[in-house]
Amino acid sequence: MCLAIPGQIVEISSGNSDSALVDVVGVRRTIDLGLLQDDRPSPGDWVLIHVGFAMSKISEQDAAEQMSTLRMLGEIDGAMQEVQGYGLDDVDETKPRLSPKAGSA
Amino acid sequence: MRFVDEFREPELISKTAEEIRRLADTNCSYRMMEVCGGHTHAIYRFGLKDILPENIELIHGPGCPVCVLPMGRIDDGLAIAQQPDVIFAAFGDMMRVPGTHGSPLEHKARGMDVRIVYSPSDALKLARLNPDRHVMFFAIGFETTAPSTALTMIRARAEGIRNFSVFCNHVTIIPAIRAILDSPDMRLHAFIGPGHVSTVIGCRPYEWIALNERKPIVVSGFEPLDMLQSVVMLLRQLKAGEAKVENQYKRVVPWEGNRAALKAMGEVFQLRPYFEWRGLGFISQSALRVNDKYAAWDAEQRFAVPGIRVTDPKAAQCGEVLKGVLKPHQCKLFGRECTPEHPIGALMVSSEGSCAAYHNYEHRKAAMVSLAPIA
Ligand code: SF4
Repeated sequence: MCLAIPGQIVEISSGNSDSALVDVVGVRRTIDLGLLQDDRPSPGDWVLIHVGFAMSKISEQDAAEQMSTLRMLGEIDGAMQEVQGYGLDDVDETKPRLSPKAGSA
Repeated sequence: MRFVDEFREPELISKTAEEIRRLADTNCSYRMMEVCGGHTHAIYRFGLKDILPENIELIHGPGCPVCVLPMGRIDDGLAIAQQPDVIFAAFGDMMRVPGTHGSPLEHKARGMDVRIVYSPSDALKLARLNPDRHVMFFAIGFETTAPSTALTMIRARAEGIRNFSVFCNHVTIIPAIRAILDSPDMRLHAFIGPGHVSTVIGCRPYEWIALNERKPIVVSGFEPLDMLQSVVMLLRQLKAGEAKVENQYKRVVPWEGNRAALKAMGEVFQLRPYFEWRGLGFISQSALRVNDKYAAWDAEQRFAVPGIRVTDPKAAQCGEVLKGVLKPHQCKLFGRECTPEHPIGALMVSSEGSCAAYHNYEHRKAAMVSLAPIA
């Protein structure tokens, strides 16, 4: 999806430095850090997440602004459902409308 | 300016809107294309048209990846999934996109194993969980999602997971912009550049638009203030007779892009000689395919793909709308045969598609106006 989801790194996985636990407004999920190799985030840092991958490091203020943009766009539910869906645990195939967007320009 | 109070920093928004009015020469008309589907969605959602003066027209570009995918590709993906033991995995917004014989969701209702995933890495996980099945990930998106697909394939190869493949429909934004600029019925003055694609590719790839085509382009964020500031930056350039690439979204977009993401894409993909885009036709070097090193994870190389070209339903004018030649409501099917509940074209499915955006916001607004008591 075009509109990225902001999250805060909680911890980097001890066995795999490309895997991290993030917190997105209280929801904790594992994401992939492999696309931030040049600019490794540490716990406490904020990142923008696209389809389960951290794509850029951002400031806390930018993260708050991105959340408010999602809210204004009416995309919060979709974004939270995307985040909750990472890891396949909660995949509900009966609700296609609220699933993530494929990432536009 | 009915939405302004809802925004953060409403005063700054009003000031920026005033500045736009000051900069926009009333004797001129300005046609600016927002390339990205996320911007299209934001423009309708925020009612930016009501804020901008009438002589600034925002033209919706081709930046909704679901919308530009020709129906034949959906048919091809579904044909692969017809084969025994194949699981069709895709993002949710692919699920309702019509193929010739129905959408993936309709195929699921008829018994196909269709799964929604929220990340390509979850498609790979599905393959790990189902070692006796084959998981085909229907990959879609511009440079925003292509690196994630690439890294997932790198992981699949490293782990030696053989029951996983990608049906690659990733497209690249620059050739699409070039095709639009080459199209004779397109008169554009400036571009609002995509925000999140640019976090990956950076700003340099747009330089030819400024240098060769003499059109200003400003990479923009998605908030109302971001987009209005981008319009100010474009108007200033136009007024000064300049054409530059500028970055309004510096807080997220680095000028050089994301090297690790570009490297992952380079490892797995190569450019297709050409690819068909809905509405824009065949555009050379506009899409990615899986390279030979990763052939074992390429659905197109592993399975027989029919590759049949299908034309859109005759009355559907998705092509014209995608090119910005028609507004969504000018399509003969808009709001009648084609609605978000019963989409005929993909532009009516995705929230980033201009027909769905127009239907959801403009239509509702029109209904509100017509219900308002007459004073
Ligand atoms: S209204 Fe439907 S058929 Fe017409 S252009 Fe939009 S999506 Fe295509």
